[in-house]
Order: sequence, then C-alpha cells, then structure tokens
Amino acid sequence: MDSSIMPMTALDLSQQIKEGKFTAIEATKSVLNQIKAAEKSINAYITVCEETALNRAVEIQQKLEAGDKTLLASPLAGVPMAIKDNICTKGIKTSCASKILGDFQPFYNGTVIERLKAAGVVIIGKTNMDEFAMGSTTETSYYGETKNPWDLGRVPGGSSGGSAAAVAAGEAVCALGSDTGGSIRQPAAYCGVTGLKPTYGMVSRYGLIAYASSLDQIGPIGRRVEDCAAIMEVISGWDELDGTSLPDIKSKGSFLQAVGCKADGSREKDFSGELRGIRIGIPETTLKKGVDEDVREALFTMAEQLKTQGAELCPVSMDFLDYVLPAYYIIAAAEASSNLSRFDGVRYGYRATEYEDLTQMYERTRGQGFGREVKKRILLGTFALSAGYYDAYYKKALQAKAVIKEAFDRLFQGCDCLLLPAAPSTAPKLGESLTDPLKMYLSDIFTVSANLAGLPALSLPSGFDRQGMPIGTQIIGPALGDRLVLKVGHSFQKITDYHQKSPGIKEDKQAQGKGEQ
Amino acid sequence: MKWETVIGLEVHVELNTKTKIFCSCTTAFGGSPNSHCCPICTGQPGTLPKLNEKVLESAVKTGIALGCRINKHNRFDRKNYFYPDLPKAYQISQLYLPFAQDGCVEITTRLGKKKAIRIHEIHMEEDAGKLVHSPFGDVTYPDWNRCGVPLLEIVSEPDFHSGEEVSAYLEKLKSVLTYLGVSDCKMEEGSMRADVNLSVRPAGTEEYGVRTEMKNLNSLKSIERAIDYESSRQIESLEEGKAIVQETRRWDENRGKTYAMRSKENAQDYRYFPEPDIPPISISEEMIRELTQAQPEMADAKKARYMEEYGLTETTAGLIAESKHFAKLYEEVVGLGADSTETANWLGGHLRYLMGQKGLTPEGISIRAHGFAKFIGLITQGRLGRNMAKGILEKMLEAEPDFDVEAYIKKEGLELVCDSTQIEKAVAEVLEKYEQLAFDYLAGDEKLYGFFIGQCMERLKGKANPATVNQLVKKALGEIEKRTEGR
Repeated sequence: MDSSIMPMTALDLSQQIKEGKFTAIEATKSVLNQIKAAEKSINAYITVCEETALNRAVEIQQKLEAGDKTLLASPLAGVPMAIKDNICTKGIKTSCASKILGDFQPFYNGTVIERLKAAGVVIIGKTNMDEFAMGSTTETSYYGETKNPWDLGRVPGGSSGGSAAAVAAGEAVCALGSDTGGSIRQPAAYCGVTGLKPTYGMVSRYGLIAYASSLDQIGPIGRRVEDCAAIMEVISGWDELDGTSLPDIKSKGSFLQAVGCKADGSREKDFSGELRGIRIGIPETTLKKGVDEDVREALFTMAEQLKTQGAELCPVSMDFLDYVLPAYYIIAAAEASSNLSRFDGVRYGYRATEYEDLTQMYERTRGQGFGREVKKRILLGTFALSAGYYDAYYKKALQAKAVIKEAFDRLFQGCDCLLLPAAPSTAPKLGESLTDPLKMYLSDIFTVSANLAGLPALSLPSGFDRQGMPIGTQIIGPALGDRLVLKVGHSFQKITDYHQKSPGIKEDKQAQGKGEQ
Repeated sequence: MKWETVIGLEVHVELNTKTKIFCSCTTAFGGSPNSHCCPICTGQPGTLPKLNEKVLESAVKTGIALGCRINKHNRFDRKNYFYPDLPKAYQISQLYLPFAQDGCVEITTRLGKKKAIRIHEIHMEEDAGKLVHSPFGDVTYPDWNRCGVPLLEIVSEPDFHSGEEVSAYLEKLKSVLTYLGVSDCKMEEGSMRADVNLSVRPAGTEEYGVRTEMKNLNSLKSIERAIDYESSRQIESLEEGKAIVQETRRWDENRGKTYAMRSKENAQDYRYFPEPDIPPISISEEMIRELTQAQPEMADAKKARYMEEYGLTETTAGLIAESKHFAKLYEEVVGLGADSTETANWLGGHLRYLMGQKGLTPEGISIRAHGFAKFIGLITQGRLGRNMAKGILEKMLEAEPDFDVEAYIKKEGLELVCDSTQIEKAVAEVLEKYEQLAFDYLAGDEKLYGFFIGQCMERLKGKANPATVNQLVKKALGEIEKRTEGR
C-alpha cells in the first residue's frame, strides 16, 4: 500500500495529479496494488480491470501533460474509481452479482459511465453487491460475500457492499453505488465511509440494471462529503435517455460550491462551513425504541456538533415510519418482478442446458439462474400484481407512498433537513441476516422513506460503537436539497475526524489480483 | 329463430413516425432481420424507454379526428408476459388511463346505409418483434426489427351487426388516418390489423351472447369471410343446444374456418401496473387546440364541398373524397384548369374500374396531376375520343409518372382533327362529289346522312372529332337547302 496516495481523497488526488505531484498511472497502480493485497480477505470486486485501467491511466496522463483543458478543469481527472456491478460498462462484464447474467458484457455504457469517462476517471473494476441489489448485506451475491474491512467477521452492508468496502479498504478512491431502499447509505455507514442517495431523477438511471425503477438512484460513495459532491457534479443532470431524469438541475447551483470548492475541485480559501439559519430536525420519539444506544448517542452528539456550526435543532415527528417498510417491499418487489422478467435465457446471460420446450427453457433458466432472495422477491411481486390483488397491495402501497411524500413535505415546512440513523445498529456478523431475513428487512426502516419520497439522503460517519465498528448517520433533505445535505455534511466533517479513520487492513502477500474479464 | 350478430373491433394501426416509440431506430418496413434495432428496443439490461413526442402528436390527432375525449392526464402501463418476440417480457401499453376515450365515427355501407359506431378508447403501445421458424429444422429465429414500432389500438363498442359494416368502418378508419397522415394503414403489410370480437343473440334481445375473439385477419375480404363463418358456427352450435366457449380463435384463410387457440380458462394474467420508467403524460389544452385547428379537411367534408362547389353527384363525390390521394389528385387536376365534372367522372369511373381490375390502390398509382389534367384537357377539347381515351388511361396507368399523353397520341396518330377549316374542306368535297345525293337527302331520304358522315370521316382518316364533323355536315346541308330554295 502506497501510503502517500491511499489516505487521499479523490479531490486531493486529482489536484495533485493535475499539479504533477503524482501521475495518474501511479495512482492507478497504487490502487491495483492495494486490491492485490486486500482482495483475498475483502472480496469487494467481481471484476478488476487491471489492463484497461492502466491503459486508461496512461491515456489520461498523456492528455494532462498535453494540457487537455477538459481534464485540467475536471475535479476527478486521473481518479481510480470502482463501479457497482449493476451499472452497465461497455465491454466489461456486468453481472448484478447474479448467475443469470453469466458473462454478460453490455454493448453500451450507462450515462454515468460516459460522464465519468469524459471527466478523466479511471474505472478500476466492478464491485460486488447483493444479487440484483436485493439484500442489505452483500451476502446474496453469486460471487460470494464481501467482508467488512473493519471486522472480517462482519458484513459490509448492502446492497452496495462491495463499493463501500472497496473505498474503506483503499481498494478504490471512490465508487458508485445504487440505492433503492438504503443500498448506498447503509453499507457506507457499516464501512465508515460517506455515501449520497440523490434526489430521484437527479442522476440518470440509463445503464443501471433496474431493481425497482421508481425507487432506484445511482449515487456516490467516497471518503469525504467533498468527494461525493465532486462525483455528483460530474454524473448528475438531465439525460435525454432517461424520461425520469429531472430537467435543468444544473442551473440551481453547483454541488462543489456547496462544499466550498471550485468547479475544478480546488478549495475556496475561506470556507467556514457555518450553518447559521439552517434548522435541523431531530425525530426524538422515533429514536426511543429499536435503535442501539450507541447509534442513538452518535446522532445526538452529531446534532450538538452541528449546533456549534450555527445550526438550529428542532424536534420533528415521523409517525409515518410504520408504513414505510410494507409500502417499500410491495412496490420494490412488484417492480422487480417485472424488471427481472427480461432475464429469460433468450438473448443474453445464462441459459439452462437441458430443456424440452420454450416453457421449460424459461423455467429452468430462471430457476437455476436466480438466487433464493431474488426468487422470493419475484414471487412476492408477482403475487402483489396478480388479478384481484392489485388493488389490495400495489395500489395501496402507491397510496402509502403518496402519503409519505406529503408527510415529508409537511415536515420540511418546519425544518430544512433532518437527522436519522443510517441503520438501527452497526454491521451484523456474517450469516446472521440470512437466518433471520425479517430482521434484515426491518433494518431498512430508516433508509427506505427517502426512496419512497424521492428525497436526497447523505450517510456519513458519526462515531464508533463499543466494538469499534463505525456508525453512520443520515442527513435527509427535501427534494432537490442535495446541495444542502452535502453542505451540512461537509460542515460536520470540518469539525470531526470520524471520516479520517481507516480500518487497519493487513497486507496479504499471497493474494492474487483478479484477472481481467 | 332469428339471430343477430354483435361485433366489436380492436384495430391496431402502426403509426408512420420516422422513429420508434421509445428509441431512435427507424420504423421502416422490412430490412434484414435485426438491422433496425438498438439496446433500447431489444430490451438490453439497464436501458430505458423515452417517449417519442411525434407518437403522442399523431395519437392525439387521431383521437381528435375520431371524436374522442382526450385525457389530458394519461400514462403508460406494463403488460407482462413471456414470449421470445417480446424482449423486455412486458409490452408498454395503456390500460388504466388511455389517452383517448368515448369517440364516434359515421360509416356508410355499400348499400348506402349510414350508421354511427362508438369508439370505446384508443391507446398507444409498442409493437413486438416476430419469430421466423426455420424451414430446415426445429429452430426459431427472433427478428426484433418491429419491436417498438408505435401502435394505436382503437377499440370500438360492440356496434356492428355484419361484415359489411365492419368493412365500411375499417375503410373509414383508413380514410381518416391517411388523411391525417399518421399511418398508411396497409393491411397487407400489417400496418393495420383487426381483431374481431363476435357473439350472437336471438334477434330483438338485449343481452350479449358469449363472445369469441378472432385473430390473424389480413384483409377486408378475410374479415368478412371470417365473420360470416364464425356467425354461422355460433348459431349452429346454439341451435344444436351447445354452449359457446369464450376463447380466442385463429382464422385459417385457406380452409375458410376458425380454430380455437386458447380459452379463457388458460387466459394469462398480464399483471398490468403503471410503467415507472415513463413519467405520466400531460397533454396541454394548447396542444389539443392547435392539433384541432390543424385537422385537415376529411372525406365527409370534402364530399360535401365537391357536391356544392363542383356539382358532383353524391356517389362520385364520395368515391373521390374517400381516399386522400384521390382527393389530392382531383383537386390538383381541377386546379390546373381541367373541367371539374369531366375529371370527376374519369376519376370516379373508368380509373377506379381499371384500378380495381389491376388491384391498385390510390397511393399506388403512377398518374400525376399534370399528366391527368392534360388528358382531361384533350378530351374536353375534342382532341381525344372517349373510347380512345379509355385505352389511353390504361396506358397511363402502366406508364411512368412523366408519361406525356399529348406527345403519345401525336406520335401514335391518335389525335382527332379539330381544325374546322380542314373538316369544312372535307365536307365540301364530299357534298360536291355527291351533290345529287345531298338533294335526295334534302328531299326526305334521311338515311343518307350517315353516308355523308362516313365519307367525311374516311377523307379525314377517322381522326376527326365526330361532333365537329356532325355539326359541319349539318351546317353545309343547310346551306345547300337555302341555295336551292333561292333558285
């Protein structure tokens, strides 16, 4: 591990590459070395693109040296980044951690990938995840579970567990995840890193293999809020290929500016991060039960620290949280049952080898290709949409979704953003959630409401529990309040150092890097 | 017992937008298999549909023209089912909130009976691909070229009682949609397809019988045949005391029969739900107003205008106005100065007759306005005889669009002599030669008149306008009579 590069944030690394203190090639090599060292114990990646990443780093370095204006103006030029394996990358295996996609290599890049490439990012590999993003532990992956860098006996969270673990273990400088019910924020919390689920429509979903279309959103995972802001600056904005992407969001201000940075990622000199006039809601009654004491304490401490930056605290009520899990699991499962129908063995991915007719080909391909958790949700969703049940389940869930949205609208009349735990506890031990799935579902209680209401939510390190495991707290804002939650989060990181702690990963000399796919 | 047939139609029409409904692939008919598709229309993982605004525009135009209420807030739904020609395993369609509802069109049957047909709703959807079964073995190849071609499904109320009414309705839809320019409605290319829902009931009763749905109907002729067959089949069954099974039946054109495909017990549950990838559609008042104002003059309005403006008969006016191409040709020809009645009679008469003989459609003919106006001009000027003209018209129909009718008749020596001095000279010569016979004629031997005409025509080599010859012979005989009286 090259200690001169690895603790660096994406912003600092890019600045130094642009200034010539490091080369993009050195940065990529450093990360690849760390992958070689740590991967055997972490298993954060499904695919590592060693060769293409190095070629790309060389290309970027040459362009920078030739004075390429676009790259010199980019906050992420030369930064090695990991991509969750449900985001399509042209010619690079994209599996959703499922057997059913086989060695599927997309013919096209997702919009976020195109935008990252244009900004001079080096894609280092594709990260592990729960199969089709269904799960909260990264244990449902066909490619084996990812381990938490802070404690290899624990899960990294999920479904973007590979991305969060890679960033925490220094196997990537930053990463993209996707968040349908907490899949960026909860693993970020479990791994002690920062992650943002943007407002629905802020980032194009074109190229994201859908789990639940109306809830899915791609977002950044980094070591600091600043890195998340820089990634948002690059990947967000209207996309003609995504009908649900929001128009004209760039005109509402810059993400980097919200965290005291210029467009090229350099820092403004006197950015105080003060939060005067910002009202932060604290749902005290909600936190009374079902939340670990350490997690609750971390939140209250964070609130007090934000107060020292000038923010006002105000109590808020979130009675509607009782409805969020049933509504979420019905909507997500229903949409998933339809979205995953296209994996039928006809055009790409896995196909059963023995079958007598078309129906049997479908049944065997899907029976053998999907894992248990995915099948469970497809069955649940298919049932919820069946004739005679649609009104009782799906329609009701949509109504609940609308009610939750309205409740948030009312809540944000009294405050500008609110704090919630990212999860009721810190990372559980490996295997625990598989034996008690209901407990796993319940652990999504604090994250899913932001998806149902389409709101921006940032999860950031806010302390450690008694076992030394990282705790994450969310800052949730109103729709389009992405800049505000980044600003508040950045202000918190200016006066705390939770985000600067790293897990001590031991080098594994025998570990071999994964081959290029 | 007397029975009444009750029919409702689901008509699928392919819109002729340049690109597909949710991606920018071409909608062109044909093309080698899988050459008109992209990651989006083949449902590659991660791709998203994006509604083509032109499709919405064509849809709303159609809704307005068919007298529907336009739902300003409408949206797409997913219809889920597995089939290899459907790459996403769901079809994006409209179930819960279609864009147009409660329309009405007036049809006129071949017997001249007028009737209003109510339209239940119209919705937008995407077409599926097709499967090509290998002739060499047990292999099936999917061709996704047609995936994502925009369709309108026009659902009528069960207002039809005969195949004839159904035909008239389909002709009417074709007329309206081609006038709007939103579809070419070619049944033979599948750009217009009809599913027929049919039931029978004792005449005079209100309650509907159990219905069957017929698919695979590729022409008006097969639709009428299928309706006749299916009505008889149901009536026979009921008269034998058997019940009708609600099912989908496939029409077999060669055998002239329908066969059961699947019954309602095996019907699929399509698990419709709102399409989350496409935001709800809102159609502005302004858009509806603009598209209403921009509606072209349709067949019925044109027919009325032709009767009023040009004094055409209802039948002739109707025959011309029914087809947009025909009406356009007519108006252009008249605009070039051709006689409106003469033009109408040729268009609605012999031209249609010839087209029927050759199986040509109005949009398929090569005749252009300029050539046709010249053709009519030659007739009205008397330079082209009517019998000769019929042959010339057939020639024009087979020729290239730039066929010069005037040059042709000159070259072939088919032009009639209209120059009266030339005819007068011939008449004078004949009457001089047969002076005595002229006196006999004037004395009362009227059958000699034809002889004079024949002699004149012979001298003019048959290429004179008979009317002029007739007129000039009469005139010359009259002058002879005057001279003799004066003696």
